Amino acid sequence: MIKLEHISKVFHPATVNENLAINDVSLTVNSGDFITIVGSNGAGKTTLFNLISGSLFPSGGSLRIHDLEMTRVPEFKRSKYIGRIFQDPTLGTAANMSLEDNMVICSSKGFKGLKMTLNSASRKAFSEELRPLAMGLEDRLKDNVGLLSGGQRQALTLLMTVLSRPDLLLLDEHTAALDPRNAQMVLEMTQRFITDYNLTAMMITHNMKHAIDYGNRLLMMDKGEIILDVSGEEKRRLTVDTLVKKFHEIRQEEFASDEGLLST
Amino acid sequence: MIEGILVDGLIFALLALGVFISFRILDFPDLTVDGSFATGAAIAAICIINGLGIFAATVLAFIGGAVAGAATATIHNKLKLPNLLSGILVMTMLYSINIRILGGRANIALLRVDTMITKVIGFGGSLPREYTLLIFMLLFVGIIKILIDIFFRTDLGITMGALGNNEQMIKTNGVNPETMKVIGLSLSNGLVALSGAILGQYQGFADAKLGQGMIVEGLAAVMLGEFLLRSNKIFVITLRVVLGAILYKGLMFFGRYYGYYIHMTPSDLKLITSVLVIVSLVIARSQDAAGQRRKERR
Ligand SMILES: Nc1ncnc2c1ncn2[C@@H]1O[C@H](COP(=O)(O)OP(=O)(O)OP(=O)(O)O)[C@@H](O)[C@H]1O
Ligand SMILES: [Mg+2]
Repeated sequence: MIKLEHISKVFHPATVNENLAINDVSLTVNSGDFITIVGSNGAGKTTLFNLISGSLFPSGGSLRIHDLEMTRVPEFKRSKYIGRIFQDPTLGTAANMSLEDNMVICSSKGFKGLKMTLNSASRKAFSEELRPLAMGLEDRLKDNVGLLSGGQRQALTLLMTVLSRPDLLLLDEHTAALDPRNAQMVLEMTQRFITDYNLTAMMITHNMKHAIDYGNRLLMMDKGEIILDVSGEEKRRLTVDTLVKKFHEIRQEEFASDEGLLST
Repeated sequence: MIEGILVDGLIFALLALGVFISFRILDFPDLTVDGSFATGAAIAAICIINGLGIFAATVLAFIGGAVAGAATATIHNKLKLPNLLSGILVMTMLYSINIRILGGRANIALLRVDTMITKVIGFGGSLPREYTLLIFMLLFVGIIKILIDIFFRTDLGITMGALGNNEQMIKTNGVNPETMKVIGLSLSNGLVALSGAILGQYQGFADAKLGQGMIVEGLAAVMLGEFLLRSNKIFVITLRVVLGAILYKGLMFFGRYYGYYIHMTPSDLKLITSVLVIVSLVIARSQDAAGQRRKERR
């Protein structure tokens, strides 16, 4: 469904700050995949999402969505296919606008004309959509989103994103800014939505256990590369210990071969 | 006297509504206003003098302002210049362009021609001049306000409302923020030019520098309005912009007439206006901070 071929991203090329954030990454995301992504700080996970969503363009390589060439298509045009949720709950909604206004913006993708979606029928529909969240949001359509808690905002963003039925859902540590209880709630909601709506998703997390427990496929990134890609039975058998061990194995090997290179 | 202030305030309210759209809705501090205000006055004056009629003059003035706003947005979007600089550049261009519109003159008088104002007064018959104008301006600004309210209830308007708050959200939902800025600044400067067009006819002359300092005055009106009413409903928000504009003109009136007690002259008013904006900003910020603390304590 999404195909990255030899994608690389260099920040500040040809300066002292030159930084190869993504190094020749090739990846195929299949329809129905729920991929979890782990990796240390600065591994390039967010950059990878930025490249997929189009908020950054790659320095090299190509990217296709549904076999459509997307490498240099701007973010707002790709949004038709991609739903994205950030770590920061404030990025998904407009704080100074009411809940219903926010839902209007998310209820359809692309340029919006002079039609008026907001009426009593659509308000009722919005309420019905909010009810399953069980947060009482269905009675607060006129409240500004800024009045909601971080957990509520993130749950709302998740719901609105899912309702737009994106072909690919990108979740970048979307529970990291929440307290443990809210984080668990949003995470469970994520899992439920992905199953119910049969979504294709990629989820970055720093929680190894979550990475193992959720999804059908796991990627590990390091220094701008995908160093591990496991799925199916192999993924199911993973434990935190084996994952950590695998990481050291892979990086050790590389050290060894690097040293090997140097000594010859 | 009070009718005079109200008429002044209502004409000025159109500008304030424009400034509100750029500063508050788009979060785009747009300095084009200082130029586009005079552009509106100039276009309307020239059209009237050349016999195009009042309606055409008014519509063309609006369009002229809208084009100026679109130019600022486009410079910002395509050349990636900062928003302040884009506005200053277009504003400066407009000083030259306004003189061209006026046929190479810095100003032009509207003598012995029918303007919107003379027509309205004629229509009022035996009613006192100022009252007729007041009723007309109330209707005119009321209709514009309602049209703006309706616009911001459409899907396009709601989306524009989110732009100044969260540009990322706009993009995530498949809307091009650049298009939104072009539409928003066109609307904003169209209103500003409309305000200029009416003011020019009201004072009986158009001047290429009519707009000097208007951006700060418009901002002052918007901020004064925000102290008057608190709400997240567009109907109330635009109402308070109009009220803020009237209040501002009232304050300026008293400054002009009673200021001499404290040795103030009319030329000090721009100083006062800017101080007013600074004070409003500081008060608004401390209120925000207090609100934030209250929220955190909860
Ligand atoms: N916009 C940018 N400009 C310059 N450098 C950037 C930019 N975005 C990311 N980088 C650099 O690219 C590298 C990868 O960053 P990225 O944010 O993708 O890491 P990450 O895996 O998401 O880390 P974390 O777990 O901390 O979120 C880092 O060295 C970072 O400094
Ligand atoms: Mg990151």
